[in-house]
Amino acid sequence: MFGYMVRRIGQAIIVLIGVTIITFILLHLLPGNPVRAILGTRASAIDIKQLTDQLGLNKPLYVQYFVWVSNLLHGNLGFSYKLDQPVASLLAQRIPKTLFLVGSSLILAVLLAVPLGMLQAVRRNKPDDYVLTGLSFIFYSMPSFWLGILLIVVFSATLGWFPSEAPQDQFSVFSQLNGMVLPVATLTLVTLAFFSRYTRSSMLEQTIQDYVRTARAKGVSRRAVLFRHVLRNALIPVITLLGLSLGGILSGAVVVEDVFNYPGMGLLFYQAAVSDDFPVLLGVTVVVALATVLGNLIADILYAVTDPRIRYVS
Amino acid sequence: MIEDVRTELMPAVGGAGGPMPEGGEGYSSGSVWRLILAVFLENRLAIVGLGLIVFMVLFSFVGPLIYHTQQVFNNPNIANLPPSIHHPMGTDPVGYDMLGRLMLGGQSSLEIGFAAALIAVGIGVIWGATAGLAGGVVDAVMMRIVDAMLAIPFLFALILLGAIFTTSIPELIIVIGLVAWLVPARLVRGETLSLRVREYVQAVKVMGGGSGRILVRHIIPNTVGTIVVNATFQVADAIIFVATLSFLGIGVPPPATNWGGELSNGLSYYYDGYWWLIYPAGIAIVLTVVAFNFVGDAMRDALEVRLQQR
Repeated sequence: MFGYMVRRIGQAIIVLIGVTIITFILLHLLPGNPVRAILGTRASAIDIKQLTDQLGLNKPLYVQYFVWVSNLLHGNLGFSYKLDQPVASLLAQRIPKTLFLVGSSLILAVLLAVPLGMLQAVRRNKPDDYVLTGLSFIFYSMPSFWLGILLIVVFSATLGWFPSEAPQDQFSVFSQLNGMVLPVATLTLVTLAFFSRYTRSSMLEQTIQDYVRTARAKGVSRRAVLFRHVLRNALIPVITLLGLSLGGILSGAVVVEDVFNYPGMGLLFYQAAVSDDFPVLLGVTVVVALATVLGNLIADILYAVTDPRIRYVS
Repeated sequence: MIEDVRTELMPAVGGAGGPMPEGGEGYSSGSVWRLILAVFLENRLAIVGLGLIVFMVLFSFVGPLIYHTQQVFNNPNIANLPPSIHHPMGTDPVGYDMLGRLMLGGQSSLEIGFAAALIAVGIGVIWGATAGLAGGVVDAVMMRIVDAMLAIPFLFALILLGAIFTTSIPELIIVIGLVAWLVPARLVRGETLSLRVREYVQAVKVMGGGSGRILVRHIIPNTVGTIVVNATFQVADAIIFVATLSFLGIGVPPPATNWGGELSNGLSYYYDGYWWLIYPAGIAIVLTVVAFNFVGDAMRDALEVRLQQR
């Protein structure tokens, strides 16, 4: 177990180094000259030379890379000249909001997806399974921005139950919970569709295993087999899916934050893309990649903890 | 319960996939297509999906030949008309006929979807098969590159690349392809690892066949099932990506159009009550994506049966 974890963590570190290299290459693919972008087109040659030296842009690329990485490791993610703030402090304001959105959607999605997926597996190929499968296909196939806007149309514009905009202030997320209902619902529905389909097939995969037949043959009731044996085994891949789907859910959060004007990391990223604020774009990319790698790592370790067979295979 | 278990053991394919030719030679590329055909005949959802795809392709590409509309010049006199006999789906804010607009949008949505899937799968197959066949350090380096790129979530990568490249349709296709090839690369590499130790690959080596020949003539043809299934999902994903990018304003610039662009343009007029600007495009996207997912799911089920029978 220990050896497996060390190997797996080592792999994660290599992947993270890869991410920094890719992000650094992107940084240098960017059109235009960063110094000119900061100083404007009418800057004098001396000013340009000075800032170029100051930013270290005249050094060889590999030196620039190591400087950039050591800055990253010290929590220095660069400076947004567009917003006139360090990227790290922008992220510090935005990340908690995205964590709240993503975390609550993820928890709700799992709490709903497991019973729904179980129901579908038990009632396989019956009308209720078909209806739920159909619904999850539709939610899964729907652009999430459209789902969000349909929810606004129904629950905000028509029924007037919830506001169409998420809370804006730094500390209002908890005090204005009804503003969070629609954003969380949108992200939950998109995620739920995927998770319930996964739970269903994971349950079905377990029901054909020999241990199920053995348990039934020795007289264990169907209900007991389902809850005590099948569900436990079926949940293992679902738990790991949580970690693996983190990237997808963060992508969803970008769209949801944009639809509901929720000032999280996704909206920051999107606005940076529109205004060519590259330090912010790259800072968010590094943070998001770190989150994804950590999610995968936790998923794999959880998998190894819950299912000892994994450790011996690899 | 017992019946459930039995049908689960032999899902979808029924009798057609049952008895294999002797010697277990069930995995020539010909049988993949036979199996896929069998799945389609058995699986009603797959037939519905395929029917929808054919309908959408005909609607978008043949439709404009039958239903002529003027999609070049603005005509403010007929802007924002509700559906009527002259304009079955109404007109948009600059006076384009929406039914004709929907056909035009479908053309680019489907074109981008197919082209991006082709690029993604093309790069993925070559990358994955090369890594898997080469093994060792080459494999490790190539796959760590894939891992590192996969760590950046798709939409973040798309927005980042979209911000770097100014988007036209060909650029958009390349950007989506460049982001989406990672998953097929992983899948194909996994299959290559199991294929390269097969007797027939060993036999080619003994007979003096080079790596290139093994790759092109023996490995890649045997991954065709995986590739086709993945490509189907790729088309669905690409259509959603394009729609999302259009909504975020990073998509195709105005004279060109696609379903996502029409949907998000229409949304800004929702409060004026112009519902016909929104629902047709939105429904077209959902139907098309659902259709590709139905077909992909059915083919994947068939393929899993085939892999079990190996």
